[in-house]
Amino acid sequence: MLEALLFLIISLITIVCALCVVFQKNPIYSAIFLIQTMVSLAVLYILLHAQFIAAIQVMVYAGAIMVLFIFVIMLLNLSKADIEGERDNLLFQKSSAIILGFILVVMIGVVSVKTVFQGVKGEYTPESISQIGNTQLVGKLLFTKFVFPFEIASILLFAAIIGAIVLAKKKIIEDEKA
Amino acid sequence: MIPLSWYLILSGILFSIGAVGVLIRRNAIVIFMCIELMLNAVNLAFVTFSRQLDSMDGQIFVFFIMTVAAAEAAVGLAIIIAVYRNKATVNVDDINLMKW
Repeated sequence: MLEALLFLIISLITIVCALCVVFQKNPIYSAIFLIQTMVSLAVLYILLHAQFIAAIQVMVYAGAIMVLFIFVIMLLNLSKADIEGERDNLLFQKSSAIILGFILVVMIGVVSVKTVFQGVKGEYTPESISQIGNTQLVGKLLFTKFVFPFEIASILLFAAIIGAIVLAKKKIIEDEKA
Repeated sequence: MIPLSWYLILSGILFSIGAVGVLIRRNAIVIFMCIELMLNAVNLAFVTFSRQLDSMDGQIFVFFIMTVAAAEAAVGLAIIIAVYRNKATVNVDDINLMKW
């Protein structure tokens, strides 16, 4: 009962903050609300017995990625006209997008309520996970069953580092030529 | 215990909010944040199914999705900076060089 109440409160916060992300005029407010959305999602992960995911949700998403976003917003230093200038109010596109969004919510809701999700049950019940430890189990699986994707992820991150530097550096190289 | 369909409905709502945000906003950074919101919604569905099926695979997948999201954020924001440098705007309606 207490768990259900907690879930309802947290999901309400999540939905309201997600709506604020979309409907705030200033991107920096959108970013702050997105951080709140991610932190409340971390609480939901703890309710689902995924403590490791909750921890990296706060550290990687709410920490690293959102700091990057806020950094870029401040770096660009958008003018007031750029922030509030949704000049051409595309009324048709906006209203139809919102209506289609409602239809999408209803469709996903109906599917997730009506469908009986059945699958092969795994071996990791919450009790057995709490005996081994969630983080230890994730680490063990990353280095045994999922070792190949884990290595590919490292290459992906390496490519992303180089790509980000190459894309953001351009101006400096041109300055040196001039 | 909370029925798992509640989590799936919440995930669906978050995904739809993200999708609507991508469609109605014109600021490239906000569009990018809405994409992150959609990725988060998918993560929630993954963890929910992982809990329901007593399996750890869903949580490992969330780990990889976060890796991809971090890489995507770094490259995407670098692209936005490069575009801003060339066109002095982040309004996606003005960025139409590749429009045929």
